[in-house]
Amino acid sequence: MAKKGKGPMSAPGGRDANKFRRPKNTKATLLRVFSYMNEYRARMFLVVLGIVLSAGSNVFGTYMLKPVMNTLKEMVDLAAADASYTPHIENIVGYLVIMGLGYLVGVFGQYMYSRIMIDVSTGTLYKLRVDAFKCMQRLPIKYFDTHSNGEIMSRYTNDIDSMRELISQGIPQLINSTIRLTSIFVMMIIISPLLTLLTLVMLGIMLGVVKLLTSKSRLFFRRRQQALGAVNGYIEEMVEGQKVVKIFCHEDAVKGDFDELNEDVRKASLAANTWAIVMMPIMGNLSHLHYAATGVVGSILAINAIGNMDIGSLTTFLQYTRNFSMPITQLSQQFNSAMSALAGAERVFELMDGEPEPDEGDVTLVDVVWNEDGSLKESESRTGIWAWKVPTQDGFELVKVRGDVRLEHVTFGYEEEKTVLHDISLYAKPGQKIAFVGSTGAGKTTITNLLNRFYDIQSGEITFDGISIKRIKKADLRRSLSMVLQDTHLFTGTVMENIRYGKLDATDEEVIAAAKLANAHYFITHLPQGYNTILPADGANLSQGQRQLIAIARAAVADPPILILDEATSSIDTRTELHIERGMDSLMQGRTVFVIAHRLSTVRNSNAIMVLEHGRIIERGDHDELIRQQGKYYQLYMGIFELS
Amino acid sequence: MLKLFFRYSKGYRFRAVMASLTIALEVVFEVLIPFVLKDVINEGIFGEGGMQLVVEKGLLMIALACISLLCGVLSGWFGVSASTGFATNLRQAIFHKIQDFSFANIDKFSTASLVTRSTTDVTNLQQTFMMGTRMLIRSPMMLVASTIMAATISGDTSVIFAVTLPIMAVFMGLVAIKTYPRFKRMFEKYDTMNRQVQESLIAVRIVKAFVREDYEYQRYAFRADEVRDANVKAEKLLVLSGPMANLILYGSIIATCLVAGNHIIAGDMLVGDMSSFISYIAQILTSVMMITMIFVNIVMSRASAARIMELLTEEIDITDDKADPNLKVPDGSISFQNVSFSYSKDGGNLTLRNINIDIKSGETIGIIGGTGSSKTTFVQLIPRLYDVYDGIVKVGGRDVREYTLKNIRDAVSMVLQKNVLFSGTIEENLRWGDMEADHDEIVSACESAQASGFISEFPDGYDTELGQGGVNVSGGQKQRLCIARALLKHPKIIILDDSTSAVDTATDKKIRDAFKNELSGITTIIIAQRITSVMDADRIIVMHDGEINAIGTHDELMKTSDIYKEVFSSQQKGVA
Repeated sequence: MAKKGKGPMSAPGGRDANKFRRPKNTKATLLRVFSYMNEYRARMFLVVLGIVLSAGSNVFGTYMLKPVMNTLKEMVDLAAADASYTPHIENIVGYLVIMGLGYLVGVFGQYMYSRIMIDVSTGTLYKLRVDAFKCMQRLPIKYFDTHSNGEIMSRYTNDIDSMRELISQGIPQLINSTIRLTSIFVMMIIISPLLTLLTLVMLGIMLGVVKLLTSKSRLFFRRRQQALGAVNGYIEEMVEGQKVVKIFCHEDAVKGDFDELNEDVRKASLAANTWAIVMMPIMGNLSHLHYAATGVVGSILAINAIGNMDIGSLTTFLQYTRNFSMPITQLSQQFNSAMSALAGAERVFELMDGEPEPDEGDVTLVDVVWNEDGSLKESESRTGIWAWKVPTQDGFELVKVRGDVRLEHVTFGYEEEKTVLHDISLYAKPGQKIAFVGSTGAGKTTITNLLNRFYDIQSGEITFDGISIKRIKKADLRRSLSMVLQDTHLFTGTVMENIRYGKLDATDEEVIAAAKLANAHYFITHLPQGYNTILPADGANLSQGQRQLIAIARAAVADPPILILDEATSSIDTRTELHIERGMDSLMQGRTVFVIAHRLSTVRNSNAIMVLEHGRIIERGDHDELIRQQGKYYQLYMGIFELS
Repeated sequence: MLKLFFRYSKGYRFRAVMASLTIALEVVFEVLIPFVLKDVINEGIFGEGGMQLVVEKGLLMIALACISLLCGVLSGWFGVSASTGFATNLRQAIFHKIQDFSFANIDKFSTASLVTRSTTDVTNLQQTFMMGTRMLIRSPMMLVASTIMAATISGDTSVIFAVTLPIMAVFMGLVAIKTYPRFKRMFEKYDTMNRQVQESLIAVRIVKAFVREDYEYQRYAFRADEVRDANVKAEKLLVLSGPMANLILYGSIIATCLVAGNHIIAGDMLVGDMSSFISYIAQILTSVMMITMIFVNIVMSRASAARIMELLTEEIDITDDKADPNLKVPDGSISFQNVSFSYSKDGGNLTLRNINIDIKSGETIGIIGGTGSSKTTFVQLIPRLYDVYDGIVKVGGRDVREYTLKNIRDAVSMVLQKNVLFSGTIEENLRWGDMEADHDEIVSACESAQASGFISEFPDGYDTELGQGGVNVSGGQKQRLCIARALLKHPKIIILDDSTSAVDTATDKKIRDAFKNELSGITTIIIAQRITSVMDADRIIVMHDGEINAIGTHDELMKTSDIYKEVFSSQQKGVA
């Protein structure tokens, strides 16, 4: 369970997250998103003001067409009736100036809110991301066991991306569309209540169309996501095993299977996209229909002089009908993306709300120096001598870190009801090398995971230098031990940076010394840029064995009192292992070491070897004793039994 | 990018053209509506037409709107159909191309990047294609048609466009050109930021073990901040376009009122004309804005197109060009003549130097060598997973390049160090070796690979489902399944690249015995860390630093090879 590699791409979670989902608690989630925007309250006020100005000026400007047109018509009529009358263009300039000023205010408002919105949205997203990452760092290992990397990754990519759209475009557009729709509607009523009735009819039709189309397309979208998920999963699996496909000359069979899945996607997305895309022309042309109908009805009203209809009012009203369908389309589109953004937000918050690792300890790890009288004194600088600083009723007490590790009747299971380790007791004296041997699933790695409190035990006690590890602050507990794992993970960066990960303030000389200790110096200097060679995260340009050497150097530079080597040399050939043995010996010198190894030659010289089976220690002793006992270890050693 | 669109729209070009045509028609009918409305106002309200004309023209307008709606819906369907077809073709081309990749090609691209290219990038281009066939036709059409209509109403007034349009176009062009590099930079920063999340997820145990949570957090915060800065920088420019477009639109409306107003007063223009004219202004300027938005989008999807093109144009360096399709591998003999190899094409940094060896058909060869001594590289040349830089690799007496890839790889079975089982049942996985194999053959291969024992212990036996990557079998079991799969190919040569590392020594021995007794005709090459795995081979090759250091039997090497002796003693120390 603990060791299974989970590729970030192979996890189904990433695809799953694409599925159309509705938020469970819309209101609470929305409020929480708003709470992230809280510090921008003042600016959000300006944004709303800007939107009101921009939408208002648009509506107002169009309204000003009415007096302009009417004045023009009056002048034409007057001139026709009275030959001596000379019409003056100046009569409309006043209106135009007001209109221009209105528009200017609107453009200013538009720029203001768009510009401020960038700061608000990027700032909010920054805060969200950083918060999500910070909370994630606090989560216990158990969380990462039960959630695949792909699933967690998709919160940072898919989910935060859809929130980005909601915050940067969705929210301002929602406000904008609502304001425009209402103000246009109000102006329509002012100009002509009769024509507004027509608008209401059209509005009903439009809403009906929107509802029908979105419900249809949602159904097909779900199908499309499934088909897309299937084809993406197939691509991932085959590309992952591409070399095997090549070796078995299976390219054609794989192509055939793929083509079928690909065709499924085509059919499903054709249906889904068609429903979504026809919305635009339908709405657009409904608006034209509305325009035409308004023109006709308006003209009839004007001819028959019903309801104060004049040419200015008609022109203005016609402009409004043109602007009416746009916000409806936008609102309906925004509603869907807002819903999926909120569903995304919910998943991000779920990550943030994960129970953090418990850390109730108050014992810390400090650097100390010896006083002349043989007592210890805390030191500011790194001394290489460490002590546990144990708070007592009157101040504190310093306990020298010696590396005395005891497990007493430890029982543990990853899940409450499934016990993995049964009543484990062991005692590692300072400087001893303790080895664990046993099949996969026997519980070797689990024991080491308990030492650094990746998991908490259900019963029993683990003590370091006589202090229960529950009393020690987690960070300090983990600083006191270094781990080298079988799956060596390197980070994108130089070789130097990767080794320095063990001790961030290590000098170049310290790093190189550690690399020499791990026998990695030779191959590193043969890399194109030596220690400054950039390694990609998966360390593709290094062999597995070389990566393990770097991981050992990383642990060496950390210089901890306790060391855990979990299959740390499994990919290093025995001859190289022999060569680094001296380095490993000096690395282990003076430290308490826990070793897990498949290769029994690696554990042979341990002070004590624990043979584990089904979570129990079935044999213990040093190599010679165990061979003499002729038990399980002996059988393993002679190759009679298989370690799987 | 156009080439890409053209090539992969095959089979859907008619629909793409129809999408463009129908949307053009939609524009024509749409544009006619305000023109008809002008008559309604001019002749209906002010003229002699009266009610009858209004109703007639009104019906005409409604008919126009209906035709326009029909065209719009049709265009939507054609557009979607063509663009999904295009995406299907493109996805297929990419996937098929990956299938044709050689190992060297695969090494060049990471798995994740191949997956992104065939998923996200394809979706991006699909959208651009759709936009290209519909909106990119619609907006310029709208622009032209509206301008013509406006000019028909009043040529004089439409001079306003001659001033405003170029200003708008230049401004929008500038914004698009200026923002592209800024967005590109933002996306790069964005990738870096997300890569860090991924890395710290994969290495979460390392992060926690070294108490680097805060360190990771600070690095992430730094990167998130960089993304924010880049984002602000890019969008800062982009938000200028909206207000600017509106400024020009509003300016045009006011100018129109003035110019048209003068004409109306002078009596050579009607009030209804001005009403329609203003409608056209809005349409024209929205079109310009749409065109720039599309332009910005296309420019942004250029990155996706470039990534896909890089993949599609990747030169496949191992092909059947010189091969004779009828040539079958006659036997399992192997010969390396002065072979050198480098992972880079220019032959820099030779990984293998001057390899010479002859292996007889049916021989068992062991290979021993330290980390990085190029053992794997050496054997990968036999099934032509890579081509030599210099020299010749012969199988069955002929240069491997003379066989088709299928023929050589059918004859040479290789069990990779980093092996993969696919989702499906055990039996389905084994059948990869031989699609036609009957159950008995499968069982027999599993017996040789010492896998039949544990398979029959599974409740579903050979029908046991394996998850992706075969997660529910142990490492040793997986290795044995992979060996059985390779055996089912009935190869002339089998290569085991450290394929029994997770298998215990006793089972390892049984596998080797089975190879010796039941499969004695097959040339067997075993790379191993454990000396016991190769000890009883006919000959053992000791590799060191890309060269053959020594060849001989176990006994010979114990006398002559220092490296071999060292390896031997490193594994013997302490054995009583």
